[in-house]
Amino acid sequence: MRTTRMLGAALLTLGLAAAPAVADSTPSPSGDSSAPTEAGTSFRTATEVDQGQTATANASAGDYLYWSFPADAGQRPTVKATVKLPDTHAAETWQIDVYDGLRRRQACQYGPQTRTAASGAASVDLACTLRTIRAWSEPWANDPLPGTYYLRLTAVGLPTSDLGLPVSAEVRVDAKDIGGSAAVDGSLAEPLVPGAAAQPEEDASASAVLSSIEPEDGWASGWWSDRWVWTAVGGALAALAGVGGYALTRGSGRPPRV
Amino acid sequence: MITRQRRAAGVCVLLAALTAGIALPSAALADETTAAAPKVNLVLDVSGSMRERDIDGQSRMAAAKQAFNEVLDATPEDVQLGIRTLGANYPGDDQKTGCKDTAQLYPVGPLDRTEAKAAVATLAPTGWTPIGPALLKAADDLDGGTGSKRIVLISDGEDTCAPLDPCEVAREIAAKGIGLTIDTLGLVPNTKMRQQLSCIAEATGGTYTSVEHTDELTDRVNQLVDRAADPVVTPVATEGAPECAKAPTLESGLYTDRAEFGQQRWYRVDVLPGRELRASVSASADRDVNPGYGVLLRAVTVHGREIVRGEAAGNGRTDVISTGLRYPKREGDDDDADKPAAETVCLQLTHSFSAAAGVKTTPGLPLELTIDVVDGPSPSSDVAAFGLGRGWWLLGILVLTGFVGGLLWGWLSRWRVAVWRTN
Repeated sequence: MRTTRMLGAALLTLGLAAAPAVADSTPSPSGDSSAPTEAGTSFRTATEVDQGQTATANASAGDYLYWSFPADAGQRPTVKATVKLPDTHAAETWQIDVYDGLRRRQACQYGPQTRTAASGAASVDLACTLRTIRAWSEPWANDPLPGTYYLRLTAVGLPTSDLGLPVSAEVRVDAKDIGGSAAVDGSLAEPLVPGAAAQPEEDASASAVLSSIEPEDGWASGWWSDRWVWTAVGGALAALAGVGGYALTRGSGRPPRV
Repeated sequence: MITRQRRAAGVCVLLAALTAGIALPSAALADETTAAAPKVNLVLDVSGSMRERDIDGQSRMAAAKQAFNEVLDATPEDVQLGIRTLGANYPGDDQKTGCKDTAQLYPVGPLDRTEAKAAVATLAPTGWTPIGPALLKAADDLDGGTGSKRIVLISDGEDTCAPLDPCEVAREIAAKGIGLTIDTLGLVPNTKMRQQLSCIAEATGGTYTSVEHTDELTDRVNQLVDRAADPVVTPVATEGAPECAKAPTLESGLYTDRAEFGQQRWYRVDVLPGRELRASVSASADRDVNPGYGVLLRAVTVHGREIVRGEAAGNGRTDVISTGLRYPKREGDDDDADKPAAETVCLQLTHSFSAAAGVKTTPGLPLELTIDVVDGPSPSSDVAAFGLGRGWWLLGILVLTGFVGGLLWGWLSRWRVAVWRTN
């Protein structure tokens, strides 16, 4: 128990020291001046967009539009998309799909991932909230891991008469920090960024890369979570309670003539 | 003294935690630059029907010319642009001659804007619509170089040169593996034309756009030319084998291959102990396929035991179906530490697309394969990070244990004092 106490005190100090560095790891909404105005048309050409940025694109109905964004452990990203449709059109069904860095489809917990716009509707709104991203998972699991995520926006139900009509799309990715309750043990050596191994470091600037995406302040190392604070505070409280318990047995002061 | 020892233990834990914190991966990835000049070939339909005046009150030809002038002005410096016409020269009725009528108006190369514009100005709507032959020639124009290649086809009518199906021509061009994309634009399209042009586009991973106004045409062509200028990773063509023993060994990188319906493809990857294999694959539907499809990627040992698999299934309209897998090879315990042997992992790839009625099954569907061999993950020894606790239950239990411990300690020392006093 005393060990716990000491451990707690040591970790509390550490936790306090590290806290300011962690506090600003939440994505801050950045100005839209640098926001992408084009979308890619495949995994390979996906346009990179940061969290909190609103990316726009003009396209034709029937195009497959791809964006990619970084998501780190402990985050629960929500993807939102709005498609503005032309003045006259038939009923169209639009859908967003999210894939991880291994191009595995990731399930949406909730949010209207697929929606049908009635004929003549001006726009259609889609959303998808992913599962919380874990720092580690078994290779046999399909859990979302830190790395590049791909977002595909397309019309899945489209009458031929609407094929190729001009549409414009707007997507935005925001993430909620879930915190220590999602902190799992273990970590990947590299985030799931495709092409991470293919690029020799020296001439990396000489050619295109599959994905050069990274959160604003780098990938989290994965060791910090508020579990340190809980455990440390728990240790400190245990120590106090111990002192209290001890004091109770002594009554008031030491026995006379010891 | 005991206290001092424990303090030392605490410092050790602190140091260990700090070290763990510092050992973070830094994904050092650099920005993108072009390796070779991207090439774009604009293919313009100059058939008789381009005379019709239904785009913003002017003729389709005039709209196209105006759009071309603006596009030529806006073309990025590093893009090599060419222009090819179809149906520009033969006004007669002979289908055989009319269907050979395609000419290079401006060769693919560094762009001289004045010259290109002058060439465009000479065009007058004339003949047939030989889309298929024009695409074949346009693909030849783009031969050579390692940059991205793109054909932008602008047409106002469907192909008039049956039986050569331009859609199949596009698929054959894509199957050559030169990484060429065809984008199509239909001027004032009808249903049949929409279907044909979007079929051509889908065969090569391109896009189809309907155009009703001049500015739409300009914007879209500009967008497509700019897209060609974006640097992308060029995949390496490989050919998977029907069994693991004959399969090609792949390094980290991006690969393309083709798999026919019902065909399986095998590849091999060498993974050292302590390294992690990451493989992802996507199979593209470049033609009409039945709804209901899937892809399966298995990592298998050379002896045929499955290690891990990635699978995906879907239905409805799609461009690709993709999946991936991760295989961290454990650090060997009994291996010779000086020369750890790499394990050969066989990757088996199958897709379950089925061709819709009347669709050709050759060449196979395009596959894209990403292989990354990176450092292995640090394993998880507990569900929670570092085995730490969290929550009110934890606090309660710690407080309770601390309190009980304090009480016991207090009673124990009282008892010892009492014993000492009695003696």
